[in-house]
Amino acid sequence: MAGRAVVAQGVKLGLLALLDGGVVWAAISLLLRADYIPFAILTAGAFLLNYVVLSRRAYPLRFLLPGLVFLFAMVVYPIGYTINVSLTNLQTGNLLTKAQVVAQLEGRYYLPPDHETFTYWAFRNPQGELRVILLAEDGRSYLSERNTLLPVDLTDPRFVRGADGTVVAFDDFTRLSWAQIYQSLPALERLDLMWEGVHVRLATVREFGTYLRKYEYLRDADAIRDLETGIVYTAREGYFTSPDGVRIEPGFQIYVGFRNYLDVLRNPGVRADFTRVFGWTVAWSFLTVFFSFWVGLVLAYLLNDPYVRGRFFYRSLLIIPYAMPAFISALVWAGLFNTDLGVINRIIGELFGTKVRWLQDPFWARTALIFINVWLTYPYMMIVSLGALQSIPKEMYEAARVDGATGWQRFWTITMPLLWVSVAPLLIGSFAFTFNNFTIIWLVTAGRPAVLGAATPAGATDILISWTYRLAFEGDRGNQLGLASAVSIIIFVIIATISAVNFRFTRALEDVSRGV
Amino acid sequence: MYSRPTVVGLVVRYTLIGTALIYALFPVLWILSASFNPTNNLLEQRLFPRNPTLEHYRRLFTDPTVPFPRWILNTLQVSGITSVITVFLCALGAYAFSRFRFRGRRAGLLGLLLVQMFPQMLAMVAIYLLLIRIKEFVPWLGYNTHPGLIMVYLGGAMGFNTWFMKGYFDTIPRSVEESALVDGATPFQAFLRIVMPLARPILAVVLIIQFITTYSEYVLASILLKGTEMYTLSVGLRFFIQQAYDRRWGAFSAAAILGALLILAIFLPLQKLIISGLTGGAVKE
Repeated sequence: MAGRAVVAQGVKLGLLALLDGGVVWAAISLLLRADYIPFAILTAGAFLLNYVVLSRRAYPLRFLLPGLVFLFAMVVYPIGYTINVSLTNLQTGNLLTKAQVVAQLEGRYYLPPDHETFTYWAFRNPQGELRVILLAEDGRSYLSERNTLLPVDLTDPRFVRGADGTVVAFDDFTRLSWAQIYQSLPALERLDLMWEGVHVRLATVREFGTYLRKYEYLRDADAIRDLETGIVYTAREGYFTSPDGVRIEPGFQIYVGFRNYLDVLRNPGVRADFTRVFGWTVAWSFLTVFFSFWVGLVLAYLLNDPYVRGRFFYRSLLIIPYAMPAFISALVWAGLFNTDLGVINRIIGELFGTKVRWLQDPFWARTALIFINVWLTYPYMMIVSLGALQSIPKEMYEAARVDGATGWQRFWTITMPLLWVSVAPLLIGSFAFTFNNFTIIWLVTAGRPAVLGAATPAGATDILISWTYRLAFEGDRGNQLGLASAVSIIIFVIIATISAVNFRFTRALEDVSRGV
Repeated sequence: MYSRPTVVGLVVRYTLIGTALIYALFPVLWILSASFNPTNNLLEQRLFPRNPTLEHYRRLFTDPTVPFPRWILNTLQVSGITSVITVFLCALGAYAFSRFRFRGRRAGLLGLLLVQMFPQMLAMVAIYLLLIRIKEFVPWLGYNTHPGLIMVYLGGAMGFNTWFMKGYFDTIPRSVEESALVDGATPFQAFLRIVMPLARPILAVVLIIQFITTYSEYVLASILLKGTEMYTLSVGLRFFIQQAYDRRWGAFSAAAILGALLILAIFLPLQKLIISGLTGGAVKE
């Protein structure tokens, strides 16, 4: 036993040493690439791991750490990140950092009115190196040498002439045909040749021109000067902006404080969308829970009745909607409710000779969604109620019967109050779940029909979470990641409030405070 | 609670149950029929097909434009790996919370309770950006990879399941491990050899529920996977039937039936176990 323990210890330390070796190698390569954040995460993680494996005091952490790593990386960190993004203007047009925008602007050039142009021949050697010979209008010629231009005498015998008198090769370089030039355009466009203080760059496919730098970053003023016009653009609200309000695209990320949250409250367009979506989200959750609870309770009551035969058989069949994966049910129902093709409209058509525009009309789309979600949810309510009904002691009913209470009275005075105690927390839980039931909404209507004139991409059946998804990933007005994150946090606050209420019904919190 | 019903009362009861059965089973029967119906068009379907055929099922497994077997394999792989790792990691964590007394234990429990309230998909923007970033450093673990998706699912599964398992471990008396500890076993050995076998029911519940949950997950998979070869069944089926109810209804129905059967085959025989887990033990069955 002792021998095995020593071996086990040895294996453990050996593995740790190996892992640490790998970490050191990875950390150095990250440092060399100047990726400081991943480097910090990696080193911190490695130190923690060594501490946990080597220290006796950290023994419980050996059990907790593997799960905590995933919890932190995929839940806690994303929560923090979401809060952070919700305080920024991150959106299409403001996705880059200021440093990236400055670097991009400083790489822009313009052709001044009095620029010179050169025709050119492009050459490549077997190593793939690209060089050009430029011919000025006055007959002078230049050869590119790394990123400069040097005057060159083309009568030098190193330049091999072709039949038409043009240079076709020199040293180990051979001339590119036009077809090859088209293929090499990206590389040609990257050429930036300094000559007499100006930048010589490709202007058209056939010509190089003398360019000047367009923008200069003024570090002290935190501003961009347009070297062509002399206008100074100062950094304002995520854009470099001129005194008369002209912005340079692209903008950059900045912290905007609570502006995204205030937009939800105060910006008329966003607030109107939020209010409408929020109202429907609450209605959708409430109506789903309300109807599915009553359907479930009635069925539970029937299936609990000893005078009904075949109860277990019915129960297994009635539970099927709950056992089906929800995404499959949602897609199937979307087909059944299809306005032109669906069987539901076929039945309605045969009975009433009309068609209901299920997924195009806001009211009917919402009706269909609730109908579908009740179908998905009632079995849960049925099971829960069945369990609760069976746990009510029979003696209570006996006593009531002796007192002469009718069946109806017994239901309202004994069954319901007792049932309520055990079912209420589950109803609240179900409400919170439905509140964020993205899958059903998305797979049945995808939030449609669209609402005309909405300020944000919020459809008539969008709930808060699907609205968030659209803001972030598919708006025709670009990806509004900052606003989407703010809405996410608002949803979380709502859900947290609901859960806090629910804790009063369950003993979860007391368990913690008692420290069991 | 119940008294002998009158004839009218019985008729009312059976009518209600009959109506509920139609409500419950109609969509299921309808796609079952569609899957055997020779036409692929929703409109031409009838409840009892004239010339029933297995053509749609055959097509699912032979038509290369319908990567159904790939989607099923992807889903089983992702759900299987996620649920097995979840069970193991959560059991480890739950055991520590249940058996050890250490500094930060109470804060840890409270933190777990708070974190599991946060629906992971609320952070979808952050998770999306995070996985894109991870891809730059570890390509096989980042955006559009199954290991990446599994990692995201694992994170989301930790909070509730650890909490849930801890409750069960608390009901296993300590005395069962104590003799082993006295004999010189490490707590880890006691956990693995003694507590884990005793906790088999809860391990099974978490395994099955996690499997079903992952199998049915749509949002995160749709954000994090690109390209039909990578899709899980939920993303693939949506992609397959979207805007194509008039052309692919038969094949879709067959796929839906097979996809649902897999879960029904697990759910129905084990429903008592699963339901006790889903209601968090709040309701006795």
